[in-house]
Amino acid sequence: MECFKVINPGLFTSVQDMGRFGYESQGVPVSGAMDEFAFRVANILVGNVENAPVLEITLMGPSLEVLQDTAVAITGAWINPLVNGVERPCWSSFPVRKGETLSFAPVKTGCRAYMAVSGGFDGDVVMGSVSTYTRGSIGGIKGRRLEKGDVLSLKRHTLFTHFFKVNEKYIPHYSAEEEIRIVPGPQHDYFSREVIELFLNSTYTITKDSDRMGYRLDGPAIKAKEKHDIITDGIMPGAVQIPGNGKPIIMLKDAQTTGGYAKIATVISIDLSKLAQLKPGDRIKFRAISVEEAHQLLKEKEEVLNKIKETLVPSRYFDVTVNGRVFNVNIDILK
Amino acid sequence: MYKIPRILPAGDKAVVVEYGNEISEECNKRVLNLYSALKRQDVTGITSIIPTYRSLLIKYEPLKLTVDDLTALIAKSDMSTSVEEFKPKVIEIPVAYGGDFGPDLEFVAEYHNMTPEEVIKIHTGSAYRIYMLGFTMGFAYLGGMSEKIATPRLEKPRTEIPAGSVGIAGSQTGIYPVTSPGGWRLIGKTPVKLYDPHREKPILLEAGNYIKFVRITPDEFHEIEQQVNRNAYEVKTYNYDG
Repeated sequence: MECFKVINPGLFTSVQDMGRFGYESQGVPVSGAMDEFAFRVANILVGNVENAPVLEITLMGPSLEVLQDTAVAITGAWINPLVNGVERPCWSSFPVRKGETLSFAPVKTGCRAYMAVSGGFDGDVVMGSVSTYTRGSIGGIKGRRLEKGDVLSLKRHTLFTHFFKVNEKYIPHYSAEEEIRIVPGPQHDYFSREVIELFLNSTYTITKDSDRMGYRLDGPAIKAKEKHDIITDGIMPGAVQIPGNGKPIIMLKDAQTTGGYAKIATVISIDLSKLAQLKPGDRIKFRAISVEEAHQLLKEKEEVLNKIKETLVPSRYFDVTVNGRVFNVNIDILK
Repeated sequence: MYKIPRILPAGDKAVVVEYGNEISEECNKRVLNLYSALKRQDVTGITSIIPTYRSLLIKYEPLKLTVDDLTALIAKSDMSTSVEEFKPKVIEIPVAYGGDFGPDLEFVAEYHNMTPEEVIKIHTGSAYRIYMLGFTMGFAYLGGMSEKIATPRLEKPRTEIPAGSVGIAGSQTGIYPVTSPGGWRLIGKTPVKLYDPHREKPILLEAGNYIKFVRITPDEFHEIEQQVNRNAYEVKTYNYDG
């Protein structure tokens, strides 16, 4: 069921779900939404299952012609949606109607926004996932980023009449410098104690050579005790590889499944969402925690998602005509 | 090889089980035995497993499976694998050698003072163990190519190598599953698709199995290619007997 026509694709907009699992042993990367938290909340806001396919928007939003009435929600990077040029709130669901144009203001904070549509986006299902993996040309819309003229379809058409806002206290704030928590290993024994201290006490800058596959960092070089190469083994999104020049590379959702550089540490899973909202030029400080602490934090994050569902603020949208002009009015319904 | 495998953390959602720090069949067999044992059990909470030369990356969902339970499961499965071993198969890969199919065959032959026929004979002479898959979709890391035909990579890599190209790089040999840039010396090409996202089993090869290159003529290449395009071609496989 056709729902949007792409007037302008934006910088890098792709269809993503949670990712492609179970094919990593055959060299297929996981892919999927870079910021899982924002991705899941976007789907919650439009009444979808949490793994429904969404659009992942990078830095510059697309411009879309609405082909049928539906509801959408934008989360993640602060990239205010505009319906026929009129601003709509972020971290909220709102209606769009046939003939309207949905576009986006320039990004204020963060890097990646998620646009969910009621019923979910349709796309090429490859190995159990719709996630676009551009290097392998699979998933999404013909395995590539959106292009001008593409027509996006709904997986299911739903009548969605209830709109919601996320309670302010659960909306994350993005800044240009973040503390990223890591678990040391699997090859931290390739590095001396002093070098690990240097790694943990330095500030690293994300360089321009960064994408969904990995972030290359600039900052103090980390030298291995002997060699940087290992016999190729498995790679987890979040793995911090240290190649021969000592400049860390954080592997992300589109990372290859195996690699041959020593991995000093691995970013904890919930902080991959924080990383997804950093841009080239932004800074990172690493902090080491234990696996047990990371699991505790993961549980707390799940509880936050439950709280978000319980405390959604209902809101209503009305068309009000004043002196012949139509205004869209958004009212929060207070309990 | 270690007496007892090391279990290392890889963040909060994966562990690495490492059997040694070497590339050997013995070490790789232990990896694949644990891999098949865990796959057989189909454990709730294990999301994926990546077997490599000498280790496995086991991804798990901590909210469904605790690290302690996972560690205990690994230890138990590791010990029980000696009973039911992974039984490898040989997959025959038809290859047209030389000419447009393998533009570097002549170079490889000259490099070793051989005829192209001799190179083909050596290349098709043994079965190659698939140690692991990785790098790109369906790329197999093979072991066991004869040093007699080992040839250095191109000084200037090609920008586009067609899918199915069979190449040599040093003492490695392999097949490009998808069209990509690369610096391997191309000696032939297979019409078989190692990777087809629309096939029920998108990736043809599996770690632990063996592949044997079988020489075909250009006519046979085109014939098989047509069958492949009609989804009417099935690769020949048989049990590996050492």
